[in-house]
Amino acid sequence: MGVDLCQEACHSGPGDGVAVYVHIPFCVRKCYYCDFNSYPLDDDDGDGDAARAYVDALVREAALNGEQLAQRGLEVRTLYIGGGTPTSLHARLLARVLAGLGRNLPVRRDAEITVEANPGTLDGAKLEAMLDAGVNRLSLGAQAMDDDLLARIGRIHRVGDFLESFAAARRAGFQNINVDLIFALPGQDLARWRETLEAVVALAPEHISTYNLVIEEGTRFGRELEAGILQPVDEELDADMYQLAIDYLAERGYEHYEISNFALPGHSCLHNITYWRNEAYLGLGAGAHSHFDGKRYSNVLLPGDYVTRIEGGLSPVAEVEQVTVETEKRDTVILGLRMLRGVLDSEFYARFGIHLREAFGPEILELSNQGLLRVNEDGDNINNIDIIALTRRGLFLANEVFMRFLP
Amino acid sequence: MSTEDIRNFSIIAHIDHGKSTLADRILEYTGALSEREMEDQVLDQMDLERERGITIKAKAVRLDYTSAASGGSYVFNLIDTPGHVDFSYEVSRSLAACEGAVLVVDASQGVEAQTLANLYLAIEHDLAIVPVINKIDLPGAEPERVKKELHDIAGIDPDECILASAKTGQGTVDILEAIATRIPAPKGSPESPLRALIFDSHFDPYRGVIAYVRVVDGQVAPGMKIMMMATGKVFDVDEVGVFRPRMEVIDKLAAGEVGYVIAGIKNVKDAHVGDTITDAQNPAESPLPGYRKVNPMVFCGMYPVETNRYEELRDALDKLQLNDASLVYEPETSVALGFGFRCGFLGLLHMEIVQERLEREFDLDLVTTAPSVVYKVVKTSGEVIDVDSPAKLPPAGEIQRIEEPYVRATILTPADYVGPVMELCQERRGEYRSMEYLSESRVMLEYDLPLSEILLDFFDKLKAKTRGYASLDYEYSGHRESRLVKLDILLNDKPVDALSSIIHTDKAYQRGRQLVEKLKGIIPRQMFEVPIQAAIGSRVIARETVKALRKNVLQKCYGGDVTRKKKLLEKQKEGKKRMKQLGNVEVPQEAFMAILKVD
Repeated sequence: MGVDLCQEACHSGPGDGVAVYVHIPFCVRKCYYCDFNSYPLDDDDGDGDAARAYVDALVREAALNGEQLAQRGLEVRTLYIGGGTPTSLHARLLARVLAGLGRNLPVRRDAEITVEANPGTLDGAKLEAMLDAGVNRLSLGAQAMDDDLLARIGRIHRVGDFLESFAAARRAGFQNINVDLIFALPGQDLARWRETLEAVVALAPEHISTYNLVIEEGTRFGRELEAGILQPVDEELDADMYQLAIDYLAERGYEHYEISNFALPGHSCLHNITYWRNEAYLGLGAGAHSHFDGKRYSNVLLPGDYVTRIEGGLSPVAEVEQVTVETEKRDTVILGLRMLRGVLDSEFYARFGIHLREAFGPEILELSNQGLLRVNEDGDNINNIDIIALTRRGLFLANEVFMRFLP
Repeated sequence: MSTEDIRNFSIIAHIDHGKSTLADRILEYTGALSEREMEDQVLDQMDLERERGITIKAKAVRLDYTSAASGGSYVFNLIDTPGHVDFSYEVSRSLAACEGAVLVVDASQGVEAQTLANLYLAIEHDLAIVPVINKIDLPGAEPERVKKELHDIAGIDPDECILASAKTGQGTVDILEAIATRIPAPKGSPESPLRALIFDSHFDPYRGVIAYVRVVDGQVAPGMKIMMMATGKVFDVDEVGVFRPRMEVIDKLAAGEVGYVIAGIKNVKDAHVGDTITDAQNPAESPLPGYRKVNPMVFCGMYPVETNRYEELRDALDKLQLNDASLVYEPETSVALGFGFRCGFLGLLHMEIVQERLEREFDLDLVTTAPSVVYKVVKTSGEVIDVDSPAKLPPAGEIQRIEEPYVRATILTPADYVGPVMELCQERRGEYRSMEYLSESRVMLEYDLPLSEILLDFFDKLKAKTRGYASLDYEYSGHRESRLVKLDILLNDKPVDALSSIIHTDKAYQRGRQLVEKLKGIIPRQMFEVPIQAAIGSRVIARETVKALRKNVLQKCYGGDVTRKKKLLEKQKEGKKRMKQLGNVEVPQEAFMAILKVD
C-alpha cells in the first residue's frame, strides 16, 4: 500500500478547518467542450463593469461567511480560486479579489491557496499579484501539448503560450504547479497522447490532472456530435490512454492518488482531498456549491443574478439539500473510493459509529468477488474489513462500483 | 313504418378513400345530428380510430330520409364496417345485414385492393351496389379512368357511378336518392319465428352487452326470452332500440329493422358476431347462414416491463376482451421476461391496436415478443398439435412434419412496379398465381404467401417498393407443409426463450446472422465478454461477441460536481434496473423488439 496521502490533510488541523472555493465565472472565450458556469468577458482586459461588480459582490459574500467562520472558531485550511478563468480578470481586479478574501476570511497562515490560470491570460503583473497575496499553488490548463489539437478544441492558447506561462510562473517563484490535461480528444491517438505526457513531465510540475474528454449537451462539441461531425473516441482507445497515463506517470515518480490526479510526493491537492473525504467546504460566487452543517447548498448560477442578490442584501443560495446520515454514509464511500488509498474502516467508524461491513457488507462482498474492490491487503476477509479500495480494474469501472453504493 | 320503406346499407371503401367523411355528410343531411353536434367522423369514436383513420368496430345509425324528388319517406340504416383485412369476418357480417352497399372509390387513386375485396364480398352477399367516385374536387381526379376501371373489373355501368365530394357535400343528395331507389327493401317474414343477425356487440359497464342486430324474420321486444343459436344460451330481453346515433328506446324491432338488444348478457362471448338470435319459446328451425367462430391468426407474448404489474395487465386484457371477443389470451411464463400472456389476434393491425390500447388506456409498458402464426405440427406419434409459440414446438425428433398457414394475397400496383413487387413476393416464398391488367397502367397480382412472411414488414416493403401506390388484401387459404426449424438465440451460452423464432430452413442462416448482428448493437458492454449465438438445435450458425466493458468512470469530480455526478450515477443505475437480467447478462427491453425489426 502506498503512502497515506491524506495524512497531510488530516494533520493540518484537528477538524477545525474548512476549505473554501471561490468561483470566477469569466473566460476570454468558451472552449468547445466546456459546460462550466463560465461566460466570455465583454471587454479584453478583464476590468469591465460586470467583472468589477462581480468581484465586489464576491468580497461581500466572503465577508458574511468570514464572520460566521470566525464566530465558530473555524479557520480556512485551503482556498481555491477556480473558474472559468480567474486569470482572465485584470491584474488589478485579481489583486482586489485576493486581498478581499484575505481580509475577510480567517485564512490560516499555512493554508494551501490555489489559483487556476490559463495560458494566454497570465502575465508578470498577475503572477506578482498572486504571490503578494499568498497564493502558493498554481493550476495551469495546458490540456494538450499539440497546437492542432488545441485549435480543434477551441483553446485560445498554443503550446508556446503554455511553455511561456509555465516558465514565467517558475521564475516568479511558484513551487507548486498543477498541469491539467485532457485525453481522448478528437483526432488524438495514443502516440500523440504520449507526446503530451512526455512534454509535460519534462517540465516537472508537482501535480498533473488528466481527464478524458466528455462531450456534454449544450456545448459546441455536443452539437457537433449530434450533427455527426464529431465522432466520440472509441472506448478501447480511451481506456488505453488512461492506462498509459497511469503507467507513464508512475514510472516518472508521480503518485496516482485519485482517479484523475497524480502528484510528486507531498504535493497532492489538499483542497480537493476535502471533497473526496466528504468534508465541509464553502463555495463563494455564482453557481458555487457548499457542503456545510450536514447540508449541500448551491448559489444562483448566473453572475448577474448573483450580483443582484448580494447587492440587495439577499442570500445568494438558490438550493439547499439536507443530507441524511444514510446519504452521507453512501457519499463518504463513493467519494472516498475515488482516492486510491480507499476508505478506512477506522475513519468510517469514527464518523458514523458503524463499521463498513455492517453498512455495506453485501455490496462490498459482491464487488470484491468481481475483482473491482480490494478488501484489506491480503484478500477478502469480509468479516474484518480494515479498508476498501478500488482495484486497478475497479479504477476503470469505478461507476459500476459507485452505483452499487447508491440506494 | 312499412318494411317497404326501409333501406339497409353499408359504405365500403379502401382505406382513406373517404368513407367516414361521406358518412358524416349523410348524417348531416338527414339531420341525425344538428350542425352544432356535428363533429368530423362521428362514427369513429375511439381516439385510435380517429388517429389511424380506420374504423375498428362496426356501428349502425338509423336515419330518416325524405326524398325531394318523389316525396317518399324512408328509414335508412347505415351500417359502418371496419376497413381492414384483419376484420374481414366482421365486414362480411355487417354486409350480411344489408341489402345494398355504397362503394366509395377515390377519383385519383382508383380501384385498390380493399375496394376489390369489399366489392367481391358485397357481390357475394347479393347486395345492390351504389358506386360513388369521391374526391372529384381534387386536382388529380380522373373520374373517367375510375369509371372504366370499375367497368372493366366488376362490370359496373359507368352511367350508374355518382360523382361526389364528401368534403364539399357535392353529390350527397344523388347518393341518398340512389340508396332510396336502387337498393331494395328488406325481405323477410314478420310472421316467422324470430331470427336476428348479430353483426356487432359492445360491452357497456352499466348495461352489459349491447348486441347490434338486424332482424330478418319475426320481431324482438322487451320481455321476450331469446336464445343464441350457436351457444343455446337464453337471455331475457330488457330493452330494444335504435341508434340515432344516440341510443333511443323503441317498443320492438321488427323484420327488416336494425337496432340494438340489451338482455342482461354479461360477456361479449355470449353475443358472438355472426350468431343468430331467436325466440327461446318459439325457436327458428335453422340459424342465418355464415356463422363461424373466428380464430386468431397471430400470436405474441405480452409482458409488463415492470414485472410487478402482471395483475394489472391481466385486468386490462379482461377489460379489453369485454369488447373484443376475437382477442384471446392465456398466461405464459418466459424465463427471460417473467410472467405475461400469450395473446392471439385476428391479424397484425389487431395486435398493434390492442398493444396501443393497453399502453394508452391502461398506462402499461409492454414488452412484446415477435408475432407467430399458428403452425400445425404432426408428431411422429400421429398426434396433431397447434403451435402458436416457438416455445411450444416439440423436439425435432418428435416432429413428423410441420404445416404453416398460407394466404391468398391480392396486390394492386401500378404497372411500372410489377417487377419489384414480384421480386418481393418471391423473396417471401410467394407462389405466383396470376396477373391481370386492370387497365394499361394497373396490374392485379395474385400470390400464395406464407402468413408468417407477411406478418412483420411485408406491407411496409410493398409500399416502399411502389412509392406507396400498391395496395394489399389477403385471406387465409389453408395450411401447407413446410420445411421449418426453430432458431434459438443464446446469450452467454444460454438460450433466451423470448428471442426464439420458427423459420423456414432456407432463411435460418441469414436471419440468424442478422439477429446476432442486431443484438450486438443493442446489448451494452457488460463486466465480462458476452457471446451472442444463433443456433438450430445444437448447431451454432452465427456468432458475435459483445466485448467486456473496459471503462466506465466519471473522471472529474470536485465540490461542485458531487450532486450532478451522483445524478448521473443514479441515471445509469436506473437504466440498469430497466434492463432484463438474463442470467448475469443485462439486456435492454429493445432487444426483444429487435427481432421484429430485422431487414
